[in-house]
Amino acid sequence: MAAETSRTARLDPSSATVGMVLLLVIVLGFAGAASATDAGFAAHSWMFLIAGVVGFAALLGWHESGDKTPTFDKAYYEEGVVKAGIVATMFWGVAGFLVGLVIALQLTWPNFFYFPDFPWTNFGRLRPLHTSAVIFAFGGNALIATSFYVVQRTCRTRLAGGMWPWFVFWGYQLFIAVAATGYLMGITQGKEYAEPEWYADLWLTVVWVAYLGVFLATILRRKEPHIYVANWFYLAFIVTIAMLHIVNNISLPASAVGAKSYSLFSGVQSALIQWWYGHNAVGFFLTAGFLAMMYYFIPKRVERPVWSYRLSIVHFWSLIFIYIWAGPHHLHYTALPQWAQTLGMTFSLMLWMPSWGGMINGLMTLSGAWDKLRTDPVVRMLVVSVAFYGMSTFEGPLMSVREVNALSHYTDWGIGHVHSGALGWVGFVTFGSMYCLTQWVWKRPKLYSNALVEWHFWIATLGIVLYICSMWVSGIMEGLMWRAYNDFGFLEYSFVETVSAKHISYIIRALGGGLFLLGALIMIYNLVRTARGDVPVEDRNRASAAPTLQHAE
Amino acid sequence: MDYEGWSSFAQTGGTAYFVAIFAVVLVYALWPRNGARFKRAAELPMKEKEHGDDRPLA
Repeated sequence: MAAETSRTARLDPSSATVGMVLLLVIVLGFAGAASATDAGFAAHSWMFLIAGVVGFAALLGWHESGDKTPTFDKAYYEEGVVKAGIVATMFWGVAGFLVGLVIALQLTWPNFFYFPDFPWTNFGRLRPLHTSAVIFAFGGNALIATSFYVVQRTCRTRLAGGMWPWFVFWGYQLFIAVAATGYLMGITQGKEYAEPEWYADLWLTVVWVAYLGVFLATILRRKEPHIYVANWFYLAFIVTIAMLHIVNNISLPASAVGAKSYSLFSGVQSALIQWWYGHNAVGFFLTAGFLAMMYYFIPKRVERPVWSYRLSIVHFWSLIFIYIWAGPHHLHYTALPQWAQTLGMTFSLMLWMPSWGGMINGLMTLSGAWDKLRTDPVVRMLVVSVAFYGMSTFEGPLMSVREVNALSHYTDWGIGHVHSGALGWVGFVTFGSMYCLTQWVWKRPKLYSNALVEWHFWIATLGIVLYICSMWVSGIMEGLMWRAYNDFGFLEYSFVETVSAKHISYIIRALGGGLFLLGALIMIYNLVRTARGDVPVEDRNRASAAPTLQHAE
Repeated sequence: MDYEGWSSFAQTGGTAYFVAIFAVVLVYALWPRNGARFKRAAELPMKEKEHGDDRPLA
């Protein structure tokens, strides 16, 4: 009994509250599994139940192990959760790129990659799996991992919340697993980039509020008077995603124990809310959060302060105040009022200023250290990511102009545009940051192999160029084919003719995607060898050269 | 208020609101006396212990 008391006394409040949340998950999962009205909801209830039990057992095991004094010591940074985030980022990255390659091949050779006996392999189910895996699983884990690292370092304090950062990490993985398996089973609410159904949305809300809490509490106990600009970008990303996610997913479940729900919004209101959400997923998830990485990892890697801190402040406030209005450019020539379409287009054009201001700030941080572009391939990756950011944020406003949109919308040009941002900007800035982080949190003096980073850089760059060029060609071609009339006023081409005309471009696109995946696999090999502490290749060559020199003496 | 009223309020009021906050941001960012603070802030990522030390700088 006395032992029980002392054990309870050692229980820290963060672990106790996480444990209570897990118990609630177990109870709800059990209730859902017992009374589900459809197979999909039953399967997901089991997933929550098992995750809750495993999580609770792990928590108990950690608590009983006794080897945790001093628990959550403020004299040290929390880096375990950052390491877990690096592993998750690379795992989901490869999974997402692979599914992307599979659906690219399905579009290229639809007869060969079509399996009617396996409905879960259908393009319609794999496509949201690809987009969610790369955006939310790969990108999201990169954002969580880097934000946890950066906020500690720039606030000079340990991550707040004790056990809660681990809840955020594992809770987010559970959300990804539920969303991904849901798509394969055919569970979707049919909103692009917001496909998960109501119960997954509620779970993400819980995880996200915990994320916001951990981040804010860390900022509040900072040892540094100023909040560094990267933290502003991370905070804008976390707060805005919470708002977008909650509003766009407001719906009424058909049953408390079933997967299906109905959206609160309908018609053009639904469309506007959806694209307010959808475009700001780009603006705040894929831009603001990754700009935070740019503002920390580029200065840190080249060991120079950001080019203009004043510009970073103007960049931040103008970006977040303008981006939130750009969504209606997705709804040109629809039932949305013309002035609202024009508003979306105007704000998109205004985004040229903050986007290019930010790009210039990132690139000019290298001024006086341009030689690092040649000597450090990680710096090159980070800098090229900023160049791609500039390119795709130039292209985006252009495509938002109504007359350009008339040609580009619904064509592969849109796919190419998204991927120049996703592969070039988000992908490369994440790769660069992960190369840095792996080396730093595993305390290695250098990466296992710089040559492999070179290989990764050039293979992935070639892949991106193939991808975006082929999509420009096929997109503009199909846009022109769709609007071609003959002398009698009939459409010149049938739809299937526009599809078969794109075949060559699709082969090139799949090749580009394959190269990008190959680059990521090379990166993982390099990161694993780095984390294990293997002797860097460059040093090994030097070591083997040394005895020869001694013999010569 | 009817639709026309709301939309003109949103358009005119919105323009004035954005010009005003952008002016405030510019003044804050360019105010000469803030220069020293910003210079210090820009050095934040570099202010750490030896590379690989995971203890916060006191």
